[in-house]
Amino acid sequence: MYMYRPSRIIPLAMLPEGVRGIIVKIIGGRGLVRRLTEMGFTPGIEVTVLKSSFQGPILAMIRGSRIVIGRGVAMKILVEVGG
Amino acid sequence: MKIKVALIGNPNVGKSLIFNNLTGGRSHIGNWPGKTVEKKEGRCIYNGVEMEIIDLPGVYSLTAQSIDELIARDYIIEEKPDIVIDIADASNLERNLYLTLQLMELEVKLILVLNKMDIAENLGYNIDVEALSKKLGIPIVTTIATEGKGMDELKKIIAESIHREWKAKKISYGREIDELIFKFEKLIAVERQFSTKYPTRWLAIKILERDEDILKKIKKSRNLDEILKNIDESIKVLGDEPDVALAEKRYEWISSILPQVLKGIRPVTLSDMLDKVFLDKHLGIPIFLSLWWSLFRFTYDVSAPLSDLIDIFFNRLGDIVKEYISNEQLASFIADGILGGIGGVLVFLPSILFLFFGLSILEDSGYLARAAFVMDKLMYKLGLNGRSFIPILLGFGCNVPAIMATRTIKNEKDRVLTIVVNPLISCSARLPVYILIGGAVLGEYATAGVYSMYILGIVLAVSMALLFRRIIPFFKSGRTPFIMELPMYAKPILKTTVIHMWERGSLFLRKAGTIIFLGVISVWFLSTHPWGSPIEETYIAILGKILEPLFYPLGFDWRGAVALFFGFIAKEIVVGAFSIFFGFGGEGEEESLKQYIRTHKIFTPLTGYAFMAFTLTYIPCIATLGAIYRETGSWKWVLFTVTYELILAYTVAFTIVTAGHLLGFT
Repeated sequence: MYMYRPSRIIPLAMLPEGVRGIIVKIIGGRGLVRRLTEMGFTPGIEVTVLKSSFQGPILAMIRGSRIVIGRGVAMKILVEVGG
Repeated sequence: MKIKVALIGNPNVGKSLIFNNLTGGRSHIGNWPGKTVEKKEGRCIYNGVEMEIIDLPGVYSLTAQSIDELIARDYIIEEKPDIVIDIADASNLERNLYLTLQLMELEVKLILVLNKMDIAENLGYNIDVEALSKKLGIPIVTTIATEGKGMDELKKIIAESIHREWKAKKISYGREIDELIFKFEKLIAVERQFSTKYPTRWLAIKILERDEDILKKIKKSRNLDEILKNIDESIKVLGDEPDVALAEKRYEWISSILPQVLKGIRPVTLSDMLDKVFLDKHLGIPIFLSLWWSLFRFTYDVSAPLSDLIDIFFNRLGDIVKEYISNEQLASFIADGILGGIGGVLVFLPSILFLFFGLSILEDSGYLARAAFVMDKLMYKLGLNGRSFIPILLGFGCNVPAIMATRTIKNEKDRVLTIVVNPLISCSARLPVYILIGGAVLGEYATAGVYSMYILGIVLAVSMALLFRRIIPFFKSGRTPFIMELPMYAKPILKTTVIHMWERGSLFLRKAGTIIFLGVISVWFLSTHPWGSPIEETYIAILGKILEPLFYPLGFDWRGAVALFFGFIAKEIVVGAFSIFFGFGGEGEEESLKQYIRTHKIFTPLTGYAFMAFTLTYIPCIATLGAIYRETGSWKWVLFTVTYELILAYTVAFTIVTAGHLLGFT
């Protein structure tokens, strides 16, 4: 059954396990944004959530590497899903 | 002719293995001047060419953000190594090339090593090395460090590099940004103070990125006004996060060349499957706890008989010395001072070797990073870091290896915090004191009293961690966002494990060992001089009597104070000190010693309990102080730990006595 699902923008921390999203923007202090950018978190790049529970850090796959991100940080990475 | 070679690379690329392969495992370990970050140097000779190899800290980037990055960057700029070897993980090329690009901008003589070629191949990646080398403009060597493959090629290319010149390609950031860079470059190039020291284009890029460290340095420029004006202008083009904009451009550049040099897609790997289990919501913590428990038992149970043997050996040796040397003072100095000191250092060696054997296997297999992921939620709430958990738990065995295990904590501030609260975790040497005093005065509550000491230790360690985070500026700013890469699981290599174990062991002997040795000799001197006088008249007793009024509110007399002095060598000696005072020799008389303490009212149940808490909290033993000095590289933190623990111990004991009195206990 085909269902129309519009794309929406949510924090990476809200992405369920196994779901992919495209990074739209990182909001936060300059140091944080710079660090994430250097680790490969740049807009337009696909990120997959491998592990996530409703508390604690999340594990994401980006540019072929597994990166653990604290929940607070993951709330600041906005991704686009669906569509 | 000696070539100075610097090794650099992301964490987990196999850099230390390549370092070991090149140097044959022989290295000199020290600290970077004024830093707690470790510096490793080694030597390698190939075809008569001598190479001095420096292992730079593992970094993802070369900004001025972290100490590691600043050390690596400053070393390359200030010390100007003849050649820089950038080690990259071939199975993770995209992210690793980011650092390569930054090194290319530093205009150093750069060689790229693609390590883990076997893993890249297993993942189905096919890397066109020649094409990549052309795109970057630098030579590339492929290696499989775990099998020693490619090492000869690497040595050869380093040795031949003195006769070759090459220049890495310039990365274009697009016309608009390139023009901005050029503007700054022109301004700097005319000033010799900059142009002789820095690559001008790199400096221009850093100014454009508004790098904190570089902005401080260009304050001396004659063209400062012009530079600042240009910075303001650049904001219009790049927005207020120019460094982020440039980082994105670098990744764009990498993404543009990657399809031309790299073929294949990443399949689901064994690592993915293992992570499903090890990082599982429900299984993760039980798996971690059982692995930690194995490590704990391995470290202390396997080493215990060896430590006992060393102890017995030095005691026997001491007895023999006393038998054959007629001058009693000299005999005592050699037997109790020197041999006691050496023995006191060596008894720790087995547990340190075994700990690092086990820890190295956990780390090299990739599990330790997972443990940090699993434990982070809990440890974060306690003001610590996910990686603090293992050192804290190891403290229940002995604080010395526990403090040395903090090496796995990457963040300096988190590491120092974990070190300074570690002595509060009740190590096994404190147990005999609890058993003696608790058994003597607490009656049927003895067991509960002993257990409560362990709980008290944890509560104090956590409260202090939270307190220091809040009130001490050094720790306050230290909470960096938690971002960490999980390496792929890998089979640990025995050679690496053994080298690692030996490095830690010899470091302990050299650095902490001297401090322990000198400490034992000074306490020997204080407790035996003036020579021939009974214990009540030795210097240590005089000191104890001077301090007695201080301990009066806690209900300890001078003997308690002196016993605590002895506890400075090793906490279990507190028990021995009491048996000397009351004229009990040897072991097996513990029951009568308890009896004596009870009947002579040395301690009441209340003051006895306060004494136990005091023993738990007051200063760390000499060996632990030696380990703190070795791991933080500064006397400041040793002094800090001693001071806060003394204050804390007094406060805790005083609170127990006062609250006890108010509640009607005696």
